[in-house]
Amino acid sequence: MSDAPLLSVSDLTVEFDTPQGTIRAVEELSFEVAPGEVVCLVGESGSGKTVAGETLTRLVPTPPGRIVEGAVRFEGRDLTSVDERDLTSIRGNRIAHVFQNPQGALDPAYTVGEQVAETIHLHEDAPDARERALSLLDQVDLPRPTTVAEKYPHELSGGIKQRVVLATALAADPDLLVADEPTTALDVVTQAQILRLFADLQHERDMAVLFVTHDLGVVSQIADRVVVLYAGRVMERGPVTEVLGDPAHPYTRALLASHPGRGESMTPLRGSFPDPVDRPDGCLFHPRCPHAVEECRESVPAEHDVSWKRSAACLYYGDDYDADRLDGDRA
Amino acid sequence: MSDAPLLSVRDLKKEYPVTEGLLGREVERVHAVDGVDFDLARGETLGLVGESGCGKSTVASTTLRLEEPTGGTIRFDGDDVGAYDRGSLQRFRRRAQLVFQHATATFNPRMTVGETVAEPLQIHGMADADRRRAIVEDVLERVGLAADDADRYPHEFSGGQQQRIALARSLVLDPDLLVADEPVSGLDVSVQASVLQLMADLQEAFDLSILFISHDMSVVREFCDRVAVMYLGEIVERGPVEDVFENPAHPYTRALLETIPEIDPTATASSAPLTGDVPDPADPPSGCRFHTRCPVVVRPDDLTVDVGRERWRAIYNFRLALERDSIDRDAVAERMTSPTDAAVRADVRESFGLPAELDDDRADAMLDDALDAFVAGEEDAAAAHLRESFVSPCERERPSPAAVERDHDAACLRDPEP
Repeated sequence: MSDAPLLSVSDLTVEFDTPQGTIRAVEELSFEVAPGEVVCLVGESGSGKTVAGETLTRLVPTPPGRIVEGAVRFEGRDLTSVDERDLTSIRGNRIAHVFQNPQGALDPAYTVGEQVAETIHLHEDAPDARERALSLLDQVDLPRPTTVAEKYPHELSGGIKQRVVLATALAADPDLLVADEPTTALDVVTQAQILRLFADLQHERDMAVLFVTHDLGVVSQIADRVVVLYAGRVMERGPVTEVLGDPAHPYTRALLASHPGRGESMTPLRGSFPDPVDRPDGCLFHPRCPHAVEECRESVPAEHDVSWKRSAACLYYGDDYDADRLDGDRA
Repeated sequence: MSDAPLLSVRDLKKEYPVTEGLLGREVERVHAVDGVDFDLARGETLGLVGESGCGKSTVASTTLRLEEPTGGTIRFDGDDVGAYDRGSLQRFRRRAQLVFQHATATFNPRMTVGETVAEPLQIHGMADADRRRAIVEDVLERVGLAADDADRYPHEFSGGQQQRIALARSLVLDPDLLVADEPVSGLDVSVQASVLQLMADLQEAFDLSILFISHDMSVVREFCDRVAVMYLGEIVERGPVEDVFENPAHPYTRALLETIPEIDPTATASSAPLTGDVPDPADPPSGCRFHTRCPVVVRPDDLTVDVGRERWRAIYNFRLALERDSIDRDAVAERMTSPTDAAVRADVRESFGLPAELDDDRADAMLDDALDAFVAGEEDAAAAHLRESFVSPCERERPSPAAVERDHDAACLRDPEP
């Protein structure tokens, strides 16, 4: 994809003030999403993936949150500095969000048809809002859109609610959909159905998607490119086939090895996730890394190229070390 | 290990009445668990899998007699659990413990971890506080926490650590049976792995039998010796984990296995294996309960029409949709700009994959009659036209479990395909 990126995040650092001290949720994060591309931000709880997604349209409450530095360029405009009115015209309209818990995104006092229609009204003066709402509910594969439109959120199952939320998000025909763990709270079968729906809608609309998840199985089904986060920093990035097929960074390898049901026995990550108010020096992963050397404790590794389109923030991929020495943990 | 199973459940049933009005008149009964059989050997792990609402958690609560079953027998170490009096029930509850998905919800936020873990000891009569403390410190270390974590409060711990505290509390009485209801579902994948490994280690150390309830097939494959697959209150397939995963016999098991998102970056999103939601357990489908969603429902032997397998199934699905009220004329029409009868017919034909014309004249006439009734808004009449030739034996016959291979059986009318 050679066109200019739709979204370009550069050197983004986001902090939160808490009673325990300042937490750096996202640190020097850079990534791009091209038009029509699906990028996955992958990481465990505390990796900063949700904050990264929400910071794009400044959904992170300030205070306690704070964008320390960096830029979020959407079609060239820096969203960190546009005024709130301009941002409102972008948020929901050009960039739509879908969250993990559909219940929280729906108003219990209105029927879902009214809510989808209201979203259409919010973005334009549309006399045919009701018809378009039904058409959207139909596009998210609801079996009986007219019946569902008349229901209140509490009358619907989790899977149906998430479809309704998706219909709402698509109401303004966004260019970028930011989906934060949209299938995590759902049952397995429903999860597979919703994931399929995401893939179909993305394809039909040629919409760019930033998909935030901890589930590598989900990543492998939906992503074009992957950005692996750990404690707020990028560990590895590249095309999904390379990152999951032949992971480079020791963290990516360890995360993959901890996944159940791959036929091989799973190996839990050793150690525990860093304390956000007292993060390790140097490479954030070094206390848990089986290959850490003295230099890993001292300096934050740069992102080194692993292949043409892939890089890993690990000094073994730099000039002074031999990445083949990492292969021990794959056996 | 003696040969007799530690836990043996036969024909377990649990019904919940649905009542209406001031007098609580019973209007219907939800059959949450409807005739479930399984054995759990000493030191063994049995996985119970299925979608939400299949009754797997009800099996857990009735097995431990936290809820009274409506029918069936539960034998624990040879004794009939249903016949236990107060004293023996209390002894049973010391030997059989339960762990839930949300550990946080089971903790009293005002009690320290030490008090939380020691509580079962106190309830079961250990008055000596020093002895309690010593046992608590030991068990905390065994679940990978520190002895002095006993003085902290549950909220100071991460989700994975809280699940370790919950495990410590369930193990403090040295039980024989652990019923774990989705114990790792709320956790991050990397944390899941370490909690599962801990459970495996503890199982060996305590010689535990574990009934492991989960909706996640990949976790079950990793952790369990045997698996039982539940659908709408019934077990549809059971066997050793390896056999069931390598050679699934029931169409529902196959569909569940297809939902596992495999980490294969060359794969694209799999086609949705199952459509629709689980039917209402108050009014379960007749015959095989899975027939309304089954992708390979059986055609009758004495077919009066010759339309080919694909077509037969397409028309059959149309009939089921009519009967389940999941389609009606108005819904189809409302999506169209000019909803003429012809357009509605064409739309229905397209969405169910029905051709404009069928080779078999009888079938073609039947479908035409059904579509006539449909565009007239008479869904029931439309279904009646099709019921003559488009009925599956799966609707009439309730399949009983048949052996697939040794220790592996499935309840399906189709011959198990090796």
